[in-house]
Amino acid sequence: MIEMKNIRKTYRVAKRNAGFREAVRSFFQRDCETITALDDVSFSIEDGETVGYIGPNGAGKSTTIKILSGILIPDSGECLVDGRVPWKNRIEHVAGIGVVFGQRSQLWWDVPVADSFELLRDIYSIPPDLFLRNREELTELLDLGEILRTPARQLSLGQRMRCEIAASLLHSPDILFLDEPTIGLDAVSKIAVREFIVKLNSERKTTIILTTHDMQDIEAITKRIILIGKGKILLDGDISDISGSGGIDRTVAELYRAYEI
Amino acid sequence: MTALPGFLSKWKKYISFFRLRFAMGLQYRTAALAGIATQFVWGFMEISVFYAFNKTDPAAFPMGFDQLASYIWMQQAFLALFMTWFMENEIFDSIMDGNICYELCRPIDIYDMWFARSIANRTARASLRCIPILLVAFFLPKPYAMTLPTDFLTFLCFAVAMLLGMTVTATACMLIYMLSFFTVSPQGLKIIFTMTAELLQGSVIPLPFFPPRVQKLIELLPFAAMENVPLRIYSGHISGGAAVKAMLLQVLWITVLIAIGKFICRRAMKKITLQGG
Repeated sequence: MIEMKNIRKTYRVAKRNAGFREAVRSFFQRDCETITALDDVSFSIEDGETVGYIGPNGAGKSTTIKILSGILIPDSGECLVDGRVPWKNRIEHVAGIGVVFGQRSQLWWDVPVADSFELLRDIYSIPPDLFLRNREELTELLDLGEILRTPARQLSLGQRMRCEIAASLLHSPDILFLDEPTIGLDAVSKIAVREFIVKLNSERKTTIILTTHDMQDIEAITKRIILIGKGKILLDGDISDISGSGGIDRTVAELYRAYEI
Repeated sequence: MTALPGFLSKWKKYISFFRLRFAMGLQYRTAALAGIATQFVWGFMEISVFYAFNKTDPAAFPMGFDQLASYIWMQQAFLALFMTWFMENEIFDSIMDGNICYELCRPIDIYDMWFARSIANRTARASLRCIPILLVAFFLPKPYAMTLPTDFLTFLCFAVAMLLGMTVTATACMLIYMLSFFTVSPQGLKIIFTMTAELLQGSVIPLPFFPPRVQKLIELLPFAAMENVPLRIYSGHISGGAAVKAMLLQVLWITVLIAIGKFICRRAMKKITLQGG
């Protein structure tokens, strides 16, 4: 169970106009602007739910994921994930969640993927038999096989993303955060990733929160969507309610326009 | 094995981190060869300069010449253990580009993890390079040759002081990693720190070559607790009570540096901002 109540998060951004004179001036006097990344965000997610978290670039999606995974501390508001405050006891909290950041890599670049997996086994203190079972199952479902023996730097993006997803599930987390997991993937890899996530949710009852710009991901995986724009939750409801005529892409574009985000 | 106390299972993750990092360090063979060659030339040059100095005025020479030769060859052989400029760009990059978010998603302490990693990197590099350098240094002609320590106890003290010295170096570098959470670019900090450390830890010239009063002061600083202590114990320049005192000072500095490092780490975690993605 995930609960967010009135979460606010702001960043300070240094700004100046272009030009040398401005640069010199800002050396002595820096103009900072406060950007509100999340403004009074509240929602709750039940165990075993799949939720699509969508919104334009800079809307606050990643900030939310980072708060939920205990990396960022909000300015105010309350947040409980399975009864834990994520940033209060980070180490205890992250043992129960899995996170995939589509634009980053958690695999060790110069060693075979299997070595990275074994390191994760020790980092999460996964019991040996559970580790073997999970690795076998994930290898089969994500078709990893030979890939595990290859250094991460020599994998294609699709292969690597499948490994990244497997890596974040080795410790059997109850909750999985996916931050743009299909970014840059080809059609075949995208479909493989989507099918896997759906299966994961139905078989292990893993709670899944997915951020993406690919509406087909949303249609294939989630039942519920939360739309965020300019740091505010604009819409929270069933996917069938908003997918009107003309496909979901068009509907979402219209929503963005309607909310002026 | 399931009855492992919590303490041990906690250490297991850092040890396995160390293992992987060590194994990675061993695969850079060409870099090791190049390093060995460089350190040979460097060691040879340094000894030649000191040889000339010794010839001109042996009375002004603060160490025995064979002590100096041992000092320099041991320094070159174990360079990777003590060099402050030997910091990991990967860590700085992960702080600057935000890749650290993955490391923050692990049930692991950032400070401890990076510390294990630094130690692994240093020992892996040193173990690849030290043996050829030591072998050749022993069989060089007389003034250039390295000598064995006078007795086994001295060697034992040296070994302990070397481990302590490496730990001081690593914990000092941890401070720089931690401080770079607060700056846009870590370059400036890095340069000031490594320049100061180079001079004050005795890697440009051994500390006995400083004026006696300056030397007394420098020896109290954390920099002197890095390579200065083990190298001078090995060469027999300090021994007995002085060696014990120097090693206690090493332990003291390790405690202080870890405490400060962990404090900054906690502060950094609180105010961290992650950009992009």
